[in-house]
Amino acid sequence: MELVVRSVEETEVKKKRVFTQDKLVNILFHLIAVIMIIAVIYPLWFVIIASFSNPADVANGKVWLWPNVIDVRGYQKLFEQSQIWKSYWNTIVYTFTGTFVALFVNITAGYAMSRKDLPGRKWINVFYLIPMFVGGGLIPTYLIVKQFGLLDNFLVMIVPFAVSTYNIIVARTFFQNSLPESLWEAAQIDGCSTLRYFVQFAVPLSKAVIAVVGLWTAVGLWNSWFNALIYLQNEDLIPLQLLLRRILIANESLLGAATGTMAQELRQLSDMMKYASIVVSTLPIMALYPFLQKYFNQGVMIGAVKG
Amino acid sequence: MKEKALKNIKKYYQLYLLLLPSAVLLFCFAYLPMAGIVIAFQNYSPALGIFKSPFVGMKNFIQFFKSYQFTVTIKNTLVISLYSILVGFPLPILLALMCNQMKTKLFKKVFQVITYLPHFISTMVMCGLILIFLSPSSGLFANLFRLFGQEFPNLMSSASGFKHIYVWSDIWQHLGWDSIIYLAALAGIDPTYYEAATVDGASTLQKIKYIDIPMILPTAMVLLIMRAGSILGIGFEKVFLLQNVQNIMSSEIISTYVYKMGMQSMQYSLSTAIGLFNTVVNVIVLLLVNLLAKKLTDSSLF
Repeated sequence: MELVVRSVEETEVKKKRVFTQDKLVNILFHLIAVIMIIAVIYPLWFVIIASFSNPADVANGKVWLWPNVIDVRGYQKLFEQSQIWKSYWNTIVYTFTGTFVALFVNITAGYAMSRKDLPGRKWINVFYLIPMFVGGGLIPTYLIVKQFGLLDNFLVMIVPFAVSTYNIIVARTFFQNSLPESLWEAAQIDGCSTLRYFVQFAVPLSKAVIAVVGLWTAVGLWNSWFNALIYLQNEDLIPLQLLLRRILIANESLLGAATGTMAQELRQLSDMMKYASIVVSTLPIMALYPFLQKYFNQGVMIGAVKG
Repeated sequence: MKEKALKNIKKYYQLYLLLLPSAVLLFCFAYLPMAGIVIAFQNYSPALGIFKSPFVGMKNFIQFFKSYQFTVTIKNTLVISLYSILVGFPLPILLALMCNQMKTKLFKKVFQVITYLPHFISTMVMCGLILIFLSPSSGLFANLFRLFGQEFPNLMSSASGFKHIYVWSDIWQHLGWDSIIYLAALAGIDPTYYEAATVDGASTLQKIKYIDIPMILPTAMVLLIMRAGSILGIGFEKVFLLQNVQNIMSSEIISTYVYKMGMQSMQYSLSTAIGLFNTVVNVIVLLLVNLLAKKLTDSSLF
């Protein structure tokens, strides 16, 4: 009798201990999370307020949480440059057309490879997988692109490197898992050809995967600059990110040179332009992201199934 | 046999038609450049072209192996890469374990959306942010240090600071995003496990230790293999953008050297040879790590 009572008491004590420990752990986890949220948000917020503040105050550490004055000279000077409009437009064009091309080549391939009756499927798989691990490298690729006459040609930004084996695998996995084979069989009996089935059934039923692959490609294109650096010399063709390289990394003043007190002011203005250019170039993605977050996550999940 | 193949092609030509665009692009811009690797063994000159340039055997490779840059670039590549794995591999796992145990649904959701956000900033803007924030005269960090009466060191112009800047800014940008895959694995755990554990009086930490960690181990192994396999393949972009004259001793990696030799010094053959060396090492490492993982843990890529 005594024994039972003691063991019940012991469990009670143990339960209480676990309860307090869990509470502490829970508080700790939330504390870490709050610190992380601040660590992520504050730098981004700072860029926004710094882009609207007096540049001297920003440099001297007088701006912390809120812009002390509203000063839009950074944006003014930035938008006065005709190059920024050109580059911005180029990026928009590359992103939209490039996404379209990439969707076309990757979704078609993904569907074809999802069909188990495709003869030579194994070898085709190998053909698509090899470039994921080995490549010709920088110079051989450059020479080939040159041979095709694509140097300083806007097509180089959207066509040659549109194939993404990873996205093909994502599309293939989706088609395999979500399109019932019986649907194709039924369509076949009714005399439907592969192409017609692809256009009329497979594509409309796969809006989710098209959204995922399309968004990924679009973000990648919006942010890309390496191909432009290698293949484009013409000022009229360069994308926004490459223009940002001049403003942010090379610290090149787009406003020209000056001396004396003018130099000081110009330096401050170009600092403002840096903040403004970051806001202007990153805002579209940041603004759209919360609404599209669902699709981005899905991409990781679908890819992870057979990554 | 031939007849069967012909019949197959007739029956399935529409499927091949769907494969055609991507296959042509891959052939032209992935496989043809692979054939172009031959210039690594030549003394290539654009005037003579790929077919007439003189063949020099391994000369370009030997030149690289003997050069002063050989040890420097390999060492820098390895240091940055290993440091990245050391920090960048476990942290997302810890974050996912933590996030998975958070009870408040709304808070968890907000936390996720916010920590994923920096992942979408372009490398260019990220490097711009790093340069602006680390500026010793007017940067955010310098001003923050000044509040406490401290002097902020000029990290960008010190060779030893480069790897820390590279790795920790990567953590800031990608930590949240890299945890998604583990969160997905954790979301797949049968809730009855947790219920049974609660009945048995297990604490949160015990649940993490005995349920969560064993469940995500296979995923973690596969990701570790993939990272280890690309140990000599760290991204070009960020290192290239953050490089400057003062930190070049610790920031010159293989891929930036390939770029400089090829696009700036126009030494096409040497650049290709270095690139080829890098690719070969990468593939060997990937295969070795994969083999090792297969032997040790049963999880492997292929």
